[in-house]
Amino acid sequence: MENVIPYSIQIISIAGSLLFMFFIFRLIIKGKLREEYSIVWIICTLALLLFAFWRNGLDVIAKLLGVYYPPALIFLGAIFAIIVFLVHLSVVNSKQHKQIKELAQEMALLQEMLGNKMSKKENEDK
Amino acid sequence: MSNLNVLIIIPCYNEGANIGKLLDELIQLKISRVRLQPLPVNDCSLDNTLNEIKKRTSTFLDLPINLGIGGAVQSGFKYAHKNNFDAAIQLDGDGQHPINEIKNLIEPLINKEADIVIGSRFIEKQGFQSTIMRRAGIKYFKNLNKFLLGLKITDSTSGFRALNNKALQVVCDYYPDEYPEPEAIVLYTLNHLSIKEIPVMMNERQGGQSSIRSFSSIYYMIKVSLGILFIYIRLKFNGKRNPL
Repeated sequence: MENVIPYSIQIISIAGSLLFMFFIFRLIIKGKLREEYSIVWIICTLALLLFAFWRNGLDVIAKLLGVYYPPALIFLGAIFAIIVFLVHLSVVNSKQHKQIKELAQEMALLQEMLGNKMSKKENEDK
Repeated sequence: MSNLNVLIIIPCYNEGANIGKLLDELIQLKISRVRLQPLPVNDCSLDNTLNEIKKRTSTFLDLPINLGIGGAVQSGFKYAHKNNFDAAIQLDGDGQHPINEIKNLIEPLINKEADIVIGSRFIEKQGFQSTIMRRAGIKYFKNLNKFLLGLKITDSTSGFRALNNKALQVVCDYYPDEYPEPEAIVLYTLNHLSIKEIPVMMNERQGGQSSIRSFSSIYYMIKVSLGILFIYIRLKFNGKRNPL
C-alpha cells in the first residue's frame, strides 16, 4: 500500500497546500481578509497539509468510518465544509444588510435635523 | 386637552406624478385638536419625486440608498419616535389612500380603543377592490392570521394605518423590509398591541407602480408566508429577541 502512491503527487500536494497557505497569509497581511474569516481557511490548509504528508491517512480514516471508497470521503468532507461556510457567509451578509439599513436611516434622520437647523438659522438671519 | 401631534409618513418610490398633489392636499388638511405633520420619505426615487417634495415642505427624509417600502416607513417611525409624536400614520404616496379618512383613522387612537388602526377596503366592500388575484392573496393572509393569532383582519395588505406611540416603540426596534404589512400584524399582536380595523374607500392608483407586480406575486406569497411564520415562531417561543 505504502508504495502505490507515487512521490511526485505528494510533492505537488505539499507544494500546492503551502502555496495556498502563503496566499491566505498574504491576504491577511495586506488587510484584504479579516482574521475571523481567515481562521477557517487556515484550518483548511492545515488539513490539506496533513493529508499531503500522511499518505495513508485517507485510507485509515475511511476504514475507521466504514467508507468503502476512500475518495468519497474527500468529497463528503469538502462539500460539507463548503455548505457550512456558505451558511456562515449568508449570516454575515444578513447582519451587514441590517447594519447598512440602520446606517442609511440614521443618515436620513440626521440630514433632516441638520437641514431644519440650517433653514431656521437662515430665517433668523433675515 | 392639548393637541395631538400626528406624523403622516409617506414612503415614495418614483411617485413624482402623484406626490405633489397629495402633499398639497395634506398641507390643506385640518383636523380639530390634531396637529398633522406630513413626512414624505424619498426612497431613492429615480424621477422628480425629491424635487416635488422639496418644493412643498422642508420636513422630509431622503434615504441615501433604496431600502424598500419597509425600510422607508421605518425611517418615518424612527423620526416620529425621536421627535416625540403621539401617533404616526402611514400613507402610500400613490394617492390610493383617501386622505379625508385620516380623521376616522386616528379617532380610535384618541379614544384609546386600539394601539393600531388599519383602514380596510373589505369591511364595507366599497371603492377600489383590487384584482381577483390580489383579493385571493388577501383572503389567504386573512385565514393565516386567523389560524395563527385567532384574529380577524380583513385587509392585511392595507398600508393605510395609524399607530400610537406604544406601537411606535415596537416598530422602531424591528420592522420587516419587503412587503411588511401582513407580517407587521403578527408583530403587533404578539407584542400585545390591539388592532382595530375601520372601513375606508380606496381609490385606484393614480399613477406609478404598485410594489406588488403580477410576475413577482408568487415570490410575494412565499416571502410573506415565511416572514409571518418565522416572526410568529420567534416571538411566540423565544420571547422578545432582537432579530436581524
